[in-house]
Amino acid sequence: MERGGYEAVIGLEVHVELKTASKIFCACPNQFGGEPNTHICPVCTGMPGVLPVVNQRVVEYAIRTGLALNCQIAPFSKFDRKNYFYPDLPKAYQISQYDLPICRGGYLDIEVEGERRRIGITRVHMEEDAGKLVHLGTIATTPYSLVDLNRSGVPLLEIVSEPDLRTPAEARAYVERLRAVLLFLGVSDCKMQEGSLRCDANVSVRPRGSQALGTKTEIKNMNSFKALERALAYEIERQLDLLEDGGCVVQETRTWDEGKQVTLSMRSKEEAHDYRYFPDPDLVPIVIDDEWVERVRATMPELPDAARQRLQSCYGLSAYDAGVLTATKDSLDFFDACVALGGEAKAVANWMMGDFSRLLNQRGEEIAESKVTPAALVRMLEMVREGTISGKLAKAVFEEMYASGRGPDEIVREQGLVQISDEEALAPLIAAIVADNPKVAEDYRNGKDKALGFFVGQVMKATRGQANPQVVNAILQRMLRGTQ
Amino acid sequence: MTLSRQEVEHVAMLARLKLSEEEKERLSSELGAILDYVERLEALPTAEVEPLAHVLPMHNAFRPDEPRAPFARDEMLANAPQALDGLFKVPRIL
Amino acid sequence: MSLCSLTVHELVTLLQRREVSPLEIATSCLQRIEAVDARVRAFLTVTAEQALEHARAIEGGRGLAGIPAAVKDNLCTRGVRTTCASRILENFVPPYDATVVARLVQAQVVSLGKLNMDEFAMGSSTENSAFFPTRNPWDLERVPGGSSGGSAAAVAADEVIFALGSDTGGSIRQPAAFCGVVGMKPTYGRVSRFGLVAFASSLDQVGCLTKDVTDCAMVLQVISGFDPMDSTSARMEVPDYTAALTGEVKGMKIGVPREYFGEGVDGAVKEVLQRALQQFEALGAVVEETSLPHTEYALPAYYILAPAEASSNLARFDGVRYGLRDETADNLLDMYGSTRARGFGPEVKRRIMLGTYALSSGYYDAYYLKAMRVRRLVKEDFDRAFARYDVLVTPTAPTVAFRLNEKVDDVLAMYMSDIATIPVNLAGIPAVSIPCGFVQGLPVGMQVMGRPFGEADLLRAAYAFEQHTGIRALKPGLEVA
Repeated sequence: MERGGYEAVIGLEVHVELKTASKIFCACPNQFGGEPNTHICPVCTGMPGVLPVVNQRVVEYAIRTGLALNCQIAPFSKFDRKNYFYPDLPKAYQISQYDLPICRGGYLDIEVEGERRRIGITRVHMEEDAGKLVHLGTIATTPYSLVDLNRSGVPLLEIVSEPDLRTPAEARAYVERLRAVLLFLGVSDCKMQEGSLRCDANVSVRPRGSQALGTKTEIKNMNSFKALERALAYEIERQLDLLEDGGCVVQETRTWDEGKQVTLSMRSKEEAHDYRYFPDPDLVPIVIDDEWVERVRATMPELPDAARQRLQSCYGLSAYDAGVLTATKDSLDFFDACVALGGEAKAVANWMMGDFSRLLNQRGEEIAESKVTPAALVRMLEMVREGTISGKLAKAVFEEMYASGRGPDEIVREQGLVQISDEEALAPLIAAIVADNPKVAEDYRNGKDKALGFFVGQVMKATRGQANPQVVNAILQRMLRGTQ
Repeated sequence: MTLSRQEVEHVAMLARLKLSEEEKERLSSELGAILDYVERLEALPTAEVEPLAHVLPMHNAFRPDEPRAPFARDEMLANAPQALDGLFKVPRIL
Repeated sequence: MSLCSLTVHELVTLLQRREVSPLEIATSCLQRIEAVDARVRAFLTVTAEQALEHARAIEGGRGLAGIPAAVKDNLCTRGVRTTCASRILENFVPPYDATVVARLVQAQVVSLGKLNMDEFAMGSSTENSAFFPTRNPWDLERVPGGSSGGSAAAVAADEVIFALGSDTGGSIRQPAAFCGVVGMKPTYGRVSRFGLVAFASSLDQVGCLTKDVTDCAMVLQVISGFDPMDSTSARMEVPDYTAALTGEVKGMKIGVPREYFGEGVDGAVKEVLQRALQQFEALGAVVEETSLPHTEYALPAYYILAPAEASSNLARFDGVRYGLRDETADNLLDMYGSTRARGFGPEVKRRIMLGTYALSSGYYDAYYLKAMRVRRLVKEDFDRAFARYDVLVTPTAPTVAFRLNEKVDDVLAMYMSDIATIPVNLAGIPAVSIPCGFVQGLPVGMQVMGRPFGEADLLRAAYAFEQHTGIRALKPGLEVA
């Protein structure tokens, strides 16, 4: 079998927890973590007789998300019950939306290796999250399990894509892009590690050019972008191997095993699921008129594409730079805050994409977690412009700002890093260096411009980087020419 | 009509009801009798009739997004058949 | 005559005149319970000490303050066991009050305890209680009806001054009829369902059982109104129900749907109803025969919709967070299966099975969707009728109270006893059952149905009828030897 003749067909179901103050159907606080079972009440634990009441902000966040994903907002939608038994599901049904979701028929544009593709969004619907099970060891070996219902009733949006994705890289780009949009909208934290963004994939393979879909598997438990990419790559290979061996793909749910780096079948001895959806009689329909949609639209925050254009046109940044800075809401917010504080846009951009981003990557941190404030970065840039510190010194200062969170003035003062721009202080030192290197001086005079660099380097070395390079340059040129 | 034993067992599985042999037998005829009775609905043409889920024309019953203090954990666990360290305890899942 | 045999409004008058105290009334009721409940068995839990303590602290005379009452055991009571007459909730103590219970507490009603019922309100005789059947105070060998049989029997036997019940397919009205008391099922959405352990959410409604129509108006006033905890609760003003008690029905248009006087209805019951209708005419009402053509489809539609909703509502009783658990099971699946097998009685299992089947893959359209369509036809029958008539009058039940064990083995026969009450729940309209006569010494109930939120019309008709008959004076012969 020729593998090049096959392509993968991937659709993603992304669940995001909404960042509301209270849960979807009760007034319990919607907070991550906390001692087990301390954010619960009779409603979110499914006690007898209690009733759900919809949190209006959940509906508004759903509309906002739908608009950002270019969906139609349903004028009439409703909640349904999805019935199944599991200890983390207190009512033994999940309140979800079945045949009349709040949003339908949108799209999201992604870019992979410079190529832009439009990925269809089938639907966006609202539902409640389940609680969490705690096992001793693994689910297979634990003698009992424990149930924490803090998460039960946290509002979720399920965003379902069309099977338009063809490669693991595209899938990753889609989720990254979706995450950026959601972060810009301010509707979710989208933290994969904390589970506030979760992703399941439907994967199949088929001969390239074929319109029919192969048998798909559903992959769960991919808890990072890396896991998503690897799990999909593994699963596609696994399916191709099966076909190559003359076998066929079995429709099933598989889980990504991060330790073993494989997908494993989750098939249990239980019966096939029959969720017995029906309209939840405890909740009334949601009717959304144009006026409501327009009201939400009017309060929509700026989205990544618009922000990118703004950065290009207002500050003359390149398309690439603007793209990187608008990749996350936090990054854009940081940039905008710096510019608002008087920071020069290009310098801010260079620092954010250079040293700042390098340090974040090294530590595996997010910009929002960093101790560097926009005010501190702007102040540091000011000190460079004023000549208080050199660009080289600034790198050291920034590392210290990043590590300690202290302001640049304090660091410079404390470490005596103030730039030496005083000609009288520098001249004797430079003269001595020139005197010690007559051969190089000769070279320079003979037209080897590079020789000047050598002297600058020596001066910087001798001053531990504190010398003002412009001043050093000027003195050097004067001295070398002067002695001619 | 009667429900087949297989159907009764399937439905009992969905409903998480462990039925005795005698219960299965009785239910297959009792449910069959009720479904026979329900069958008279088939005589009524309803293709043009919109299903009625809510008797009153209500919509958009919302709550503002205002958190309130949750219940005390002890109170929420007081009825639990088994609890451990503030969590509900259940027998092994697999 | 002892205090417990009086009505709410009679006692309010005495309390206002300071002729009696809440403690004396509560004591009278508790003595009555002591004397007769071993035979009637209306109570699952009697909270005597709390009741006396509460009664001591109340002044009384304002509204329902100081009046003793009890509620059906599917209404959650904070700190007081709420069982739904089921083994699965035998030891369940809710940490919250149902909204209606909170409203009674607010009104300073003295709670005497919790009343027996068919398990999870599924039944028409209270024989499906997992603990014991309740007896009809008029004849202890007969059922009190159900599922609010404990509520109806307690009121009829003067154990409480009034009671709350719930009505999904007739569970307030049919036992009210069998026990000779007034039973009101309000419009769906009129009274909050929060804290009512759900049977079929789109049909359930809390209501009251009282000794007369005036009490019905007074209690309905207190329990009605919007509740932000119930999404299906109506944001509508509650009218002054006692203002409807004019005694005047001149010109009122009363429709009599012929489908409710068919073959299954006992001849003697029909005769009592005919006489009652003649009385309405004599009072100046316009009585006309009419038709609700889809009536015969209401019962089969109900027996899809109600069990389907129930199968989902009762899934939460899984032995994880509260209620019974089979501790012998060593894995989750077995624990679920055996907990629920041991915790639920035969009728509950039957309905869970029926409902699960009706919702399951491949059957949803044929059963559930079909039933929802039929439900609309049933409702539209009523819409058309109420365009012409202010109220509709029918028998509440096709027979008087039947004997214990008479129908337990015949599922369909038992279901048929709700044939006149079920359409009302499907349409969500209000209906009241009031005593209108006797057959062989057993009470017959007349059902008055009204437009959505037309409770005042029902009360007006019912009160006028009550004032012109002497039925209220009769009491069951329960006297202690």
